[in-house]
Amino acid sequence: MNVLSIQNINKQYKNHKAVDNMSFDVPKGSIFGLLGPNGAGKTSLIRIITRITGADSGNILLNGININQAEIREVGYMPEERGLYKKMKVYEHLLYLAQLKGLSKKESKSVINHWFEKFDIGHWHSKKIEELSKGMQQKIQFIATVMHKPSLIILDEPFTGLDPLNTNLIKEEIYRMNREGASIIFSTHRMEQVEEICKDIVLINAGSKVLEGKVADIKQQFKSHTFSIDCNAANIPKVCSSFKIVSSSEDNAIIQIEEGITPNQILAELMENNVQIAGFEERLPSLNDIFINIVES
Amino acid sequence: MNKIWLILSREFVTRVRKPSFILATLLTPIGIGLIALLAGYFASKGAASAKSIIVKDESGIFKSNPPENSSHTYVFSNDSIETLKESYKEENDILVFIEPISDLTKKRHQALFYSEEKLSISTIGSIEKSIAESVKNYKIEQSNIDKTVYESFNTKFSLENGVSLEDDPKASGKLSVIIGTILGALMGFLMYMVIFIYGGMVMRSVMEEKINRIVELMISSVKPFQLMMGKILGVGAVGLLQLGIWIVLVPVILFTVQMVTGAGMGIENSSQLQEITSQMNSPEVADQLENFKIAEIIKEFRSQNWVLIIPVFILFFFGGFFIYASLFAAIGSAIGDDMGESQQLMLPIMIPVILAFIMMQGVIQNPNGGMAVFGSLFPLFSPIIMPARLAFDPPLWQVGLSLVILIASCIFFAWFAGRIYRIGILLYGKKVNLRELGKWLFYKP
Repeated sequence: MNVLSIQNINKQYKNHKAVDNMSFDVPKGSIFGLLGPNGAGKTSLIRIITRITGADSGNILLNGININQAEIREVGYMPEERGLYKKMKVYEHLLYLAQLKGLSKKESKSVINHWFEKFDIGHWHSKKIEELSKGMQQKIQFIATVMHKPSLIILDEPFTGLDPLNTNLIKEEIYRMNREGASIIFSTHRMEQVEEICKDIVLINAGSKVLEGKVADIKQQFKSHTFSIDCNAANIPKVCSSFKIVSSSEDNAIIQIEEGITPNQILAELMENNVQIAGFEERLPSLNDIFINIVES
Repeated sequence: MNKIWLILSREFVTRVRKPSFILATLLTPIGIGLIALLAGYFASKGAASAKSIIVKDESGIFKSNPPENSSHTYVFSNDSIETLKESYKEENDILVFIEPISDLTKKRHQALFYSEEKLSISTIGSIEKSIAESVKNYKIEQSNIDKTVYESFNTKFSLENGVSLEDDPKASGKLSVIIGTILGALMGFLMYMVIFIYGGMVMRSVMEEKINRIVELMISSVKPFQLMMGKILGVGAVGLLQLGIWIVLVPVILFTVQMVTGAGMGIENSSQLQEITSQMNSPEVADQLENFKIAEIIKEFRSQNWVLIIPVFILFFFGGFFIYASLFAAIGSAIGDDMGESQQLMLPIMIPVILAFIMMQGVIQNPNGGMAVFGSLFPLFSPIIMPARLAFDPPLWQVGLSLVILIASCIFFAWFAGRIYRIGILLYGKKVNLRELGKWLFYKP
């Protein structure tokens, strides 16, 4: 079951194609990374999903229902360009946004109080938004995004501008909501965060999908058969049929093995040469490497 | 609909609670009261400051028949003009020297004045008038004409409605025309102000939302059209409230000023009303007013068809505000933080407003002419022109048709502005011109 199904979406702006025949699915209950360099079309696509703009052609299904018929409160969206009404008080602002999402006044109040307690920010109740720091405002924005318990939460660069403490706080909330059944789309170009948080990703570039799948599978797919060996590297034979040394130091060597050779064969060969092995690990490419690799090519 | 209501309430509540709103709403009537107080003060003091004038009158005419009600004090001296020229400054401000008048049949005569300070036109004028009056009376006396006979030469004629109000309640006396003119000009002017003040408020507010980048968050919850509509209606409600408060407070304060000072600008006699109307650029009306008593004026004011005027004015207030606010919202969405750019795009909106305002001055002179009928039907003019005509009992079908066209135009302009707005608010860093805006009408969002 997919929470979101993107089918052949096209979006043409005046001079360029922002989204080019895009299709992918977001599995229900996943934390899904929507990746791409600046200007790849991430925000354009998200704006179509959130119905801020319309696609030229194609379909989007939310929980199996066409997005245009779906309940707007099923989606929570935190835009990258963040803004709140500066002169409004925190509590009033959240109340307003909750009601716009379709919550009753009573529901909204209880939800807001819940979040005030959770983040321990009850004393911000009557502060104006402009009195809060940027990071604090971002917390408010996060609450506004998720307080109506949407089944799909879309976060566009949610951690920019947050200190490590608050980053963790928000991250924990993302995990918690995910455990409680919400699906999360996480749009970013910060690869280390994706690697940490997301199980599935799609990578888009210049409006087109270039890569899709589980993070683990993608890493396998792009692995360069490189291994890191902690050992007395001097004993490794300089010339060998099954592998070549990429780099080496006194107690570590990076080697790349030929296609079809198993790690066991390497280990056997090394042991024959009296190499004392303290550690042996396959080096998988980071998403960052894959990202740069793909985007540059 | 519920969402529009939510947005409307927020716009309304945040604006009304602002200290600047409360200040403006209270200070404006107080300011008007203060101006009235000052105006009353200066009016009672007289426009020209009083001077003490020493006169050397060799003709003897002025001396024998000095002015009675002058703000200046006149002293006559028999000293030679040469001595007076030296010494008048000691006790007097001005020295006037009148030579003997040889030919009384001439219309124009001349005298000389000496003064250390520069005299204002009004001071010179008032002295001239006093001397001329005195010489005129002397001439009448010398010609052996009775003064009352002479006065009767100065002829005036007044044209009254042959059908009296008792016979036909719709018959309008001359006074009702005059009141209608004043009322019409007032309402037209009010509309003109409303469009600029509150229309501009809508525009700034749209720009702010765009610059603040809150708009993306908002329209993931509501449709752009709902956001625009809520804002326009919310600001409109603020405007209505503010005007309502002013309409109550201004008369109350003016009345209080009048009570306290016993003078003020509370229109206590027709001559003051006359002054006001002459400032409003219709001297004919001012002339006419001279002949009426304040009691009649108040009676005429009361007899106006307020049951029609007030609701229709409110409808036109809202319609006119709505049309122009929509346009202002569209412009606000298209520009970012560049005020200079906004000036250029605002011009096409301001032209019809200013045109209508200029037209209004002609319309109140001829409230049922062709221009008036056209102006009160064309939707960009009608919010200013039609209220200006209301006090002249325009044909009801015209009021009705004008309202129908106005409402249809409101729908059209809401659509029109909505099309531009939905594109504009999400567009950053692009310079737009009118052609570009035209294209947006047919964009897919």
